[in-house]
Amino acid sequence: MVASLARRFGDLDVAEEAAAEAFAAAAERWPREGVPPNPGGWLATTATRKAIDRLRRETQRDAKHQEALIVYDDTPPEPTGPVEDDRLRLIFTCCHPALAMEARVALTLRLLGGLTVAEIARAFLVQETTMARRITRAKTKIKAAHIPYRVPWAADIRERLAGVLAVVYLIFNEGYLASEGDDPMRVDLSDEAIRLGRLLRTLLPDDGEVAGLLALMLLTDARRPARVSRTGELVTLDEQDRGAWNRALIAEGNALIRERVEATATAGEPPGRYQLQAAINAVHTDAPSARDTDWSTVVALYGRLMLLDPSPIVRLNRAVAVAEVDGPAVGLAEIDRLADVLDGYHAFHAARADLLRRARRGGESRAAYDRAIGLTGNSAERAYLTRRRDQLTS
Amino acid sequence: MSLVPRYLLSVYGPAERTELGTSTSGKAMPQATADVGAFTERLRRDGHFVFADGLEPVTTATTVDGQGERTFLTDGPYLVTEEQLDSFWVVEAADLDVALVLAAEGSRACGGAIEVRPFRTEGSEGTLLQP
Repeated sequence: MVASLARRFGDLDVAEEAAAEAFAAAAERWPREGVPPNPGGWLATTATRKAIDRLRRETQRDAKHQEALIVYDDTPPEPTGPVEDDRLRLIFTCCHPALAMEARVALTLRLLGGLTVAEIARAFLVQETTMARRITRAKTKIKAAHIPYRVPWAADIRERLAGVLAVVYLIFNEGYLASEGDDPMRVDLSDEAIRLGRLLRTLLPDDGEVAGLLALMLLTDARRPARVSRTGELVTLDEQDRGAWNRALIAEGNALIRERVEATATAGEPPGRYQLQAAINAVHTDAPSARDTDWSTVVALYGRLMLLDPSPIVRLNRAVAVAEVDGPAVGLAEIDRLADVLDGYHAFHAARADLLRRARRGGESRAAYDRAIGLTGNSAERAYLTRRRDQLTS
Repeated sequence: MSLVPRYLLSVYGPAERTELGTSTSGKAMPQATADVGAFTERLRRDGHFVFADGLEPVTTATTVDGQGERTFLTDGPYLVTEEQLDSFWVVEAADLDVALVLAAEGSRACGGAIEVRPFRTEGSEGTLLQP
């Protein structure tokens, strides 16, 4: 509803407040007078009236008043089509590249997600006033700079959609492995990201990367029940209780991957980064035990991912898989080549520590665990790394 | 007041121009001048053009403060920064996406980064003459 009001009135604040007023009116009237025959239509009409009232109150200028009257139409809202178009427009507006990444994340969670400003602030460990200011500033820029409220032009849509997916994946990752704070996982954020992923999938059912991102999040989230031990320690993939994995999410993720495999086979369009990462996760969730993991396929998939994204992080992940196929020494040789760029990244030292341990180089392994422990902000990961370090014999 | 949003596209350059003959990024000057001319012509042709010009270096600026009983004059710019406004376009564009496309073209033409800033419109807060 906020999305369709925003399109009509071209103002996010007016839309948001009008929607809130309509819900408040419903909460007051429906218990007394009964629920109207078409509750959705009632809410939409009430919110539109409230928005017009607000515009009238807020401005004495005739021009704006006229503008509001022109866009006001009495026809009842269509059941689905235009509503979904409006939400898609809203996503592209919230994730506009002219807004800073943190502003995009906050706006998306506020306007498309179900989180309050207080909840978003808590999730990102900032003061509520700070988060409120961040959202207000972003909305002010949208209005003042005339950031358009529409789906981007065909020439830009790929790049802009990639930006939207990046926002959703960032939200998911922050929920899945919180970078700081006392809670190792922020379930509200990963749930919200999956909800946004499902929404995008409804809006853009034919897009491979939209399906890929949703599959990736589902397959990752399926392992959540096994990821932190009762003592609050991170459990790595090879030690997880696979019986605790969420089979329904895995089935849903696998169905999406099968759909994409068939689509890429017929259309010939190569899979993008999210589809490849989803496929890598499917290799893990398909293995009945860690020992059964098809590591050569994982290495091959990371190789394809490297062609799209030769970033040090992707190379690090590939090196870890290489160590499973060719032994820790080969993996270590690849990892050590990344030392310059990834020296400040906790996962680099954690991966290195593990391979050094397996290569029976205890002293170096201990030093690498110390670096990883010092760099991670996640309490469960710190607990896991500390135990591993203290188990070293030499 | 125009209903089409207006944007200021600004190009910044070093406060003191020591070397004549290159643009801020070192693009050869005759080429940059020709490209900027072509870009400005395209703005006119497509109805985006409002105004454009280039400025003398800030070393030629005078800052005037007439708030007190006596008017104070200072030799130089109001803000002392290493880079200063060098030239600018004022364009009309339907929305920010259109303005950003224009700015990218302008940036390639002049060989420098461009700041895109919207003009105040009716309903936006603050008035022109408030400090």
